[in-house]
Amino acid sequence: MTPRSRWGTVALGLLVLATAFPFYWAIVSSFTPEARLFERPSLLPTALVLDHYRALFTERDFWVPIRNSLVVAGATTAICVTIGGLCAYALARLRFRGKAPLLGLILAVSVFPQISVVSPLYLLLRRLHLINTYPGLILPYLTFAMPLTVWLLVGFFRQLPAELEEAAMVDGASRLRALREVILPLALPGLAATAILTFVYSWNEFLFALSFTLGPERQTVPVAIALFRGQYQVPWGQILAAAIVATAPVAVLVLAFQRRIVQGLTAGAVKG
Amino acid sequence: MASVRLAGVEKTYPNGHVAARGIELEIADGEFMVLVGPSGCGKSTALRMIAGLETPTAGRVLIGERDVTALPPQERDIAMVFQSYALYPHMTVRENLSFGLRMRGVARPVIGERVENAARALGLEAVLERKPGQLSGGQRQRVALGRAMVRDPKVFLFDEPLSNLDAKLRVETRAELARLHRRLKATIVYVTHDQEEALTLGGRVAVMRDGNVEQVAPPMEVYRRPASVFVAGFVGSPAMNLLPGDVRPDGTWTGPGGLVLPLAGPRGGADVPARMTLGVRPHDVAIILPGAGDATARVDVVEPRGSELLVHLRLGADGEGGELRVVAPPEQAIAVDTAVGVRLDRDRLHWFDEPTGRRLE
Repeated sequence: MTPRSRWGTVALGLLVLATAFPFYWAIVSSFTPEARLFERPSLLPTALVLDHYRALFTERDFWVPIRNSLVVAGATTAICVTIGGLCAYALARLRFRGKAPLLGLILAVSVFPQISVVSPLYLLLRRLHLINTYPGLILPYLTFAMPLTVWLLVGFFRQLPAELEEAAMVDGASRLRALREVILPLALPGLAATAILTFVYSWNEFLFALSFTLGPERQTVPVAIALFRGQYQVPWGQILAAAIVATAPVAVLVLAFQRRIVQGLTAGAVKG
Repeated sequence: MASVRLAGVEKTYPNGHVAARGIELEIADGEFMVLVGPSGCGKSTALRMIAGLETPTAGRVLIGERDVTALPPQERDIAMVFQSYALYPHMTVRENLSFGLRMRGVARPVIGERVENAARALGLEAVLERKPGQLSGGQRQRVALGRAMVRDPKVFLFDEPLSNLDAKLRVETRAELARLHRRLKATIVYVTHDQEEALTLGGRVAVMRDGNVEQVAPPMEVYRRPASVFVAGFVGSPAMNLLPGDVRPDGTWTGPGGLVLPLAGPRGGADVPARMTLGVRPHDVAIILPGAGDATARVDVVEPRGSELLVHLRLGADGEGGELRVVAPPEQAIAVDTAVGVRLDRDRLHWFDEPTGRRLE
């Protein structure tokens, strides 16, 4: 090993440590009994209990926010990838007037600070009787997630050689059939990467979820966790346990599709 | 199989680029037609309009007796081999070959049989279950060819299919294509920028320039009787010498570097233009002793090419009269920077009108 790469390894190790430590600490704390949480901290857990997790699912019925988050994030992702995918394909491939302005407009939608649109959106959703409903969260999420999806996928579709579709069409496939049989299988890494990003975004979203839900029956995970704190005490153990529960599916998802995400985000960077 | 006709086909892209200015071209049933020209001459656009991948802004495209101008590619019954091959990377060779048949709803056993036949003909049996990424360049090229062959289409379209192969493989595949054409008796439209490829493959060659067809003729006629200055300069290697000059009242033509030629016979008549360009191939000029022949020149560069020497001369005693390329026999001793005489083969001169550039007979 050359000195330089040794220092690189050390730096990398420190970076990983700094990134991973909060997670480690949260995991350890979530298994530590409440009484011991504020004693002298120790890096290695001294007593492991499942109290917080038990309390999470018995006292608080944490299944409800999980289900809410799954429905909202899942629906947002499904709609985003389907409609956004078709939209991106059209923008990447078809020739029509006003394409560049349209792409700009789509991007413009996502540059508004979220906080600036909360009030008008609230009024709009109340008028539509969508406050405290799933569509009341999915629709606003789409406005933010869709531009991201479209932009990512336009870039991805553009990298696929147009000759492939032309070959498919000369071979007798209609444009939609060519899309389904040739383009979609090739775009799968890009679609997977986009889907995961959209899902993570919707899963973690807090401001809209807090503003547009009223009670625990429609609250998503981040909102539920934030509302754990009572008037007199903060149940840190349960909050950390909930954070672990909320992070786990996303982490699993990302780890499972890690290769695909990297492929999707860097596709075309190197010809191959 | 079917004939193909382009009738007054024009194409202007939305950005204002004109790729075709009224192309008239008839390709007979079973003919091997090569469209050749420099990049940007509209040959690929013409091919893509036959395929249906581009829509002409004016004019008609006919395949057989059928007007297909408005039909999408999938309804034209054509097959195309792309420059990049455009193999479907996620499918095996077998799936690639059968894709077109599956899209057309051909029965499964028939598909299997036709794929096997094509694979056997192209030597692809061993790689049928592989994906394109695992194939060599030559194999990919053959898969692309096979994908077109299994379909038994009305017309084969080739878009520079050999340009991604190395020189040796290109010559082999060229011969293979010629055999394929003889065996299938298929109508083929073949696009290339390589004039040598065009001459060796084409039953007829259409030389294109700037969205127009300059000349359509069998290869040897394009070479021997180029219809314009452009064709003359484009076809043949090394390129033909093109020398501008004036016609004198005494019926002689005066070119650069003191080159004077009598305009014999009918060219001495009243309809001779004031300015004419002389075309003479490097093979039709002989290097002789200084002072003899049609003009004097200085030797600039001598390039040995194995079977012959390519000599770059500068016309005129002081070498100020412009370049003249000459092919000389390899055993001829030619010293650089000496004066020589040149003699032009009078029977092999080409005359072109200036400024139109059209051939004068």
